[in-house]
Parts: sequence; C-alpha cells; structure tokens
Amino acid sequence: MKKFHFVMAVLIVASMVLTACGGGAGGGGLKVGMVTDLGGIDDKSFNATAYAGVQQAIDELGVDGKYLESTQQADYEKNIQQFVDEETDLIVTVGFLLGDATKAAAEANPESKFAIVDFAYDPTIPNVLGLVFSIDQATFLAGYAAAGSTKTGKVATWGGINIPPVADFMIGFEAGVNYYNEQNGTSVEVLGWDTAANEGAFIGNFESLDDGRSITESLVQEGADIVMPVAGPAGLGGAAYCAESGSCMVIGVDTDWTISASEYTDVILTSVLKNMNVAVFEAIKSVQDGTFAGGLYIGTLANDGVGLAAVKGASDELNAGLDAVKQGIIDGTIAVR
Amino acid sequence: MSNTTAPEKKEKKRSAIWSELLVPVLAVVSGLILGAIVIVVSGENPFRAYGALFTGSFGSPVRLIDGLQIYSATGETRQLLRAFYPLTESLVTATPYIFAGLSVALGFRCGLFNIGAEGQFFIGALSAAFVGYSIQGLPMIIHLPLAILGGALGGALWGMIPGYLKARFGAHEVVNTIMMNWIAFRLSDWLLDGPMKGPGFRPVTPTIFETAELPRFFPDPLRFNLGFFLALLAAYLVYWFLFKTTLGFEIRSVGANPDAAKYAGMNIVRNFVLVMVLAGGLAGLAGSAQVLGVDYWVGQGFSAGYGFDAIAIALLGKSHPLGVVLAALLFGFLRSGATNMQSMASIPIDIISIIQGMVIVFIAAPEIIRWFYRIRAVKKDETVLTRGWGS
Repeated sequence: MKKFHFVMAVLIVASMVLTACGGGAGGGGLKVGMVTDLGGIDDKSFNATAYAGVQQAIDELGVDGKYLESTQQADYEKNIQQFVDEETDLIVTVGFLLGDATKAAAEANPESKFAIVDFAYDPTIPNVLGLVFSIDQATFLAGYAAAGSTKTGKVATWGGINIPPVADFMIGFEAGVNYYNEQNGTSVEVLGWDTAANEGAFIGNFESLDDGRSITESLVQEGADIVMPVAGPAGLGGAAYCAESGSCMVIGVDTDWTISASEYTDVILTSVLKNMNVAVFEAIKSVQDGTFAGGLYIGTLANDGVGLAAVKGASDELNAGLDAVKQGIIDGTIAVR
Repeated sequence: MSNTTAPEKKEKKRSAIWSELLVPVLAVVSGLILGAIVIVVSGENPFRAYGALFTGSFGSPVRLIDGLQIYSATGETRQLLRAFYPLTESLVTATPYIFAGLSVALGFRCGLFNIGAEGQFFIGALSAAFVGYSIQGLPMIIHLPLAILGGALGGALWGMIPGYLKARFGAHEVVNTIMMNWIAFRLSDWLLDGPMKGPGFRPVTPTIFETAELPRFFPDPLRFNLGFFLALLAAYLVYWFLFKTTLGFEIRSVGANPDAAKYAGMNIVRNFVLVMVLAGGLAGLAGSAQVLGVDYWVGQGFSAGYGFDAIAIALLGKSHPLGVVLAALLFGFLRSGATNMQSMASIPIDIISIIQGMVIVFIAAPEIIRWFYRIRAVKKDETVLTRGWGS
C-alpha cells in the first residue's frame, strides 16, 4: 500500500515535469489587455461581446490579446495596474463601473492608452477613448418590429435599474412603437416604460433571473405578448418564462440571443445588437495604425456600431418597413427622440 | 516527581501542536497538487501557473533586485514600489478575510454556525461608507474611528437579530443568517439605487471623505493600509477574549456542551446573543476595512464572497485566532496572486476556487488526509464546530 502511494506521487511529479516542456508565450505583436466587469468573460453578453472584438483583432491583426476578470470592485484598479505593469499597448475596460478606476490609471500613466466600453468622460481624457452607442437607434427598430409583430396589441419592456444607459433602450423602443402606429394607423400599446414620465418597470438589479421571470410574467398577464428585457443576464429569466408558458416572445439585447442564449431560440423575436466588438476592434486597429486619439467613439446604425438582428416570422412588408426606417434614421429624416 | 513530568508535558504539548498543524498543511499541499492536475488536464503548464501565482502574490525577486539597484543608484522609488506591489496587495486582500474569518470562528467556538458573515460584511460596509461620506468637516482622529465603528455597529446589528431569534425562540441560526444575507443584499440594492445613491446615474454610494480613509503607507498604486494591522489587533483581542476572560470561557463552555454550561449556571441565552453581536461586529469591521482602506465607495459588486470564504478560513484555522490569521493570509495570497497567474499563464481565476474548495474538503474530512498520508489520529478533545437542529 505504501508503495502504491509512492508510485502515485512519482507519476504526479513526472506528469508535471513532462508537461512543463510545453507552453510558451504568443507572438510579439501589439499587446491588448481587457479588464472585464463583474459578469466575467463568459457572461454571454457585455464582456463576451467586447472580448469578441479583441479576439477578432487577434485573428485579423495578429495582436497579442488577453483578458483579466474582475470578481469584485476592488479588482478594477488591480487588474488595470497589472496591465500597466506589463506595458500593455491598449487597455480595454468594460462597463461604466470601471469609470473611476480607468480615469485614475489613465491620469497616473499618461503614456498608456485606454478604451472604455460604455462610458464617456466629460471633459474627455487625452489617452482614453470612450466607446458609447446610440442604442436608441437600434431599439427604435426593435419597437417598430415588435409593433408589427404583436397579436395582442400590447408590447412591453422592463429594465434592471432606471439609469440612462438602460432607459435609452426603452426610450427608443417606445418611440419605435409610436412611429409604427403613426405610419400604419394602429394603436399598439407599450407597457413597462413611459418616456414622458421617465419611469417604468424595473427589478432593481441585473443578476436575478427570478426577478426577471416574475416581472415578465406580470407584464404578460397585463396583455403583452412581446417583451424586451433590458437587464443583462436577468433578462434571461424573461426568456425562460416565455419558453415555458409559450405565451410570449422576447427581444434580446446587447448580443444576438439566438446565438448567446440559443436554448430560447423559439421565443426570441429578434435582438438589439450593441456591437461592442466592432467598437473594440476599431479602437485596437487605431492603435495599430497609429491613429489612436482619446475622446469618443459613437456606435450608430450608420457605422454598424448598433443594429437589429433578423426578425422571426416577419412579413415582407414589415421587413421593407424596417429597411426604410433604418435608412431614415441613418440619413436623419426620422428623429429617434 | 514534578521535575520529571515537566519536560514530558512540554514534549507532549509540542507534538500536539505539530499534529494540529499537520492536517491543515497537508490539506493545502494536496489542494495545490490536485489543482496542478486540473491545470495539466486543461492543457496548461502547472509550473508556469504556480510560478506566476508566486510572483503575483509575493513579487518577483528579479524586480526587487532591479528596484533596489535603481533606488540606490538614483533614489528613484517607482521601480522599488512596483516590486513591493504584489506583496502589499496580498496583505490588502487578506485583511477582510482575517476579520470575517474571526467572525465565523467566534461563532464556531460557541457552537453557532454564522453563515451570515457576508450579509454582515455588506451592511458593515454600507454603514461605514455612510458615516464616511455623510459627515463632513470632522478631523480624521474623530471621523475615521467613527466610520470604523459605524461598520462594526451595522454588522453587529445584523448579527444580533439571528442571535436573538435563536436565544429567544430557538430558531436555527443557519436558516436565519442565510435569510439575513438575502435581506442585506436586497436592502443594499435598494439603498444603492435610492437613499444612498451618489451623484451621477450609477447605482453606487458617494465617495467617502479623506478624513474617513484608513491611512495608506505608500504612494499609489500601493493600497496597503492601516486596516491590516487593525485586523491583527482584532485577532489578538479575540484570542484574549476567548482564552483569557471568564466570558470567553463561558462561551467556549456553551459551545462544548450547552447542557452542562446551563447546569453550571451559565446564561445560554445571553451568550448566544453576545456571540452573534460580536461575530456580526467583526464581519462589519471587515466591511469597514475594505471600504475605508481600499474601495472608498460601495457598489453592488463590493464583495467577492468574503463572508462565505470566511467559513472556509475559520475551518482551516481550526477556529483559533492565530489559525484564522494564517488561513486568511493563505487565501489572500492565493486570491491576489491569481491575477498574475490569469494574465501571465492564462489560467482562469476559477482554479483558485477549485484549490480552495479541495482544501476545505480535506479539512472537513481530515480522515482522507490521514489515510492518504498515513497519519495516526491523535485522540484529543475536539473543537465543537456546530450543533444540530434545535440544540
């Protein structure tokens, strides 16, 4: 028996030594480091989409990209510092909660370059590029599509917390529904958001799938058959309810949910795309081209920074309408807000 | 007669301490080895990973030498500070672990399982932040202690409620502390988006005033602050309280055998409440130290589960304050070094959770370690960790 343990130990050590020969760092290209928010790299949403941009840069531009996950707010500073220490060429931070830490690091290290997803500094910082999105352009389309697809004449939206980045989704959505009503003489109603009053249905967090589920259930009971949850992972609770009850469809946000939450594909009407990957890729490309400048990148329908995924079961008429609306927003003949 | 027994006694005591330490140390070693196997299976190199973990938690010797040379040559401290950064960062990470570990350990000593340290930590942090940002114009000598105390009181209140429910109605503290955690989480959601929301749209508190900050010993980016020494002081005070005072003796007696303690005329009810208040206060201090020393503001992602890891730390530290400090340091070094490991060797930080989990399994089931390493069990009076339902 004693011998057995000895043999085990030898085997373990041997396996460690043998594998030690592998490995080795990547090429010597441009170094890009991304610091995630608390959701982690595989949140199928925010951080995952932003990292897709880094991944694209690794594949197409040959940069040396990696990421650090934050598990608590004290990690923001620490993770950024790690990349500063490694003399990373571009540090990408994801989410407005990293706003303070990114600013502090940018000011302490003026020679480093930063890009932050979803945050704009006023005034801007010379070595930080804020990546923001006119998401209301995309949700305007989503509202139009929802109004054109509803059978009950009621559509709904709800949010995590009533803050401008969330409310922007809902404002565009309501405006899109109203525009559809004007154009088609319908009277589709929006539940869960009222732009005039600046209030609506919110669950108070972005994590609880249970909360997302129950708020979706109550909106559906009020008559809505299409729901757009604006609450990151909590929104999947709404998708789960629709999948089980079969009484509603959801509109995904941030990413294409038929890919990121494919188990709910049957009940996903469409997805509002916030193409953070495009924005991040552009930022990396600008560093490689030597054209990087601090300030703002604004993602719009025109530069493909935002968009709407294909609408399930849409008639040719609705699709034609959506194309016309999109063109109208791009050339400015349709005002989103 | 007594002359001959004295050295023997000493010898016996020494071997008892050794055997006490043996299982935790072997558990950690086994956890690291199993972690290495997981790393190998996932296709990475464990030597590179653990090397990065080491330099991430203690610092790179090369950098240290470089830093010293630059400093002695030019007087430039920047490189030297960077070399010390990993080590100080590990101590910063260990600080809330020490406080929260003491909280759970104190509960264990009285036979109470305080799963509520996470909620107490959160409430403590919010209270400390509130005192820190809402009062302006006080000198530091008053404001800082007040803010620290605020955190302790918030946590103590959160611990007192389940303590009272247990003492008065016999409601099991495990259930109630878990409930209190959820109340704390949802309450903080509401507070951060309502009464305690700072300027701007983000659901976070305002930043505390400088007079409430725990002093840092080095310039940025080093975050090492007074909190670490306060944690060590707290550990000493808990030790003194448990082992050198009558009340501490009572608490340990209640933990060992509540019926006997009651028969001996000890007030069980009072002791349950007292311990939960103190445990809550310690977890609250963890929140104070974190918000006043490191973060300066509270958002929804304030904690990385310090209160839950604290249970593991108390178990690993055998509910002894010294053991808790050592276990907390271990967790602090592992957690802090993980950042570097993730960056340099692309190992997900989750591997640290796996190692920690394995260590806990080995601590909870020491027979595995004893069997694997052929250690004979030492017969001695075991520490009571927790008692069953309704006792």
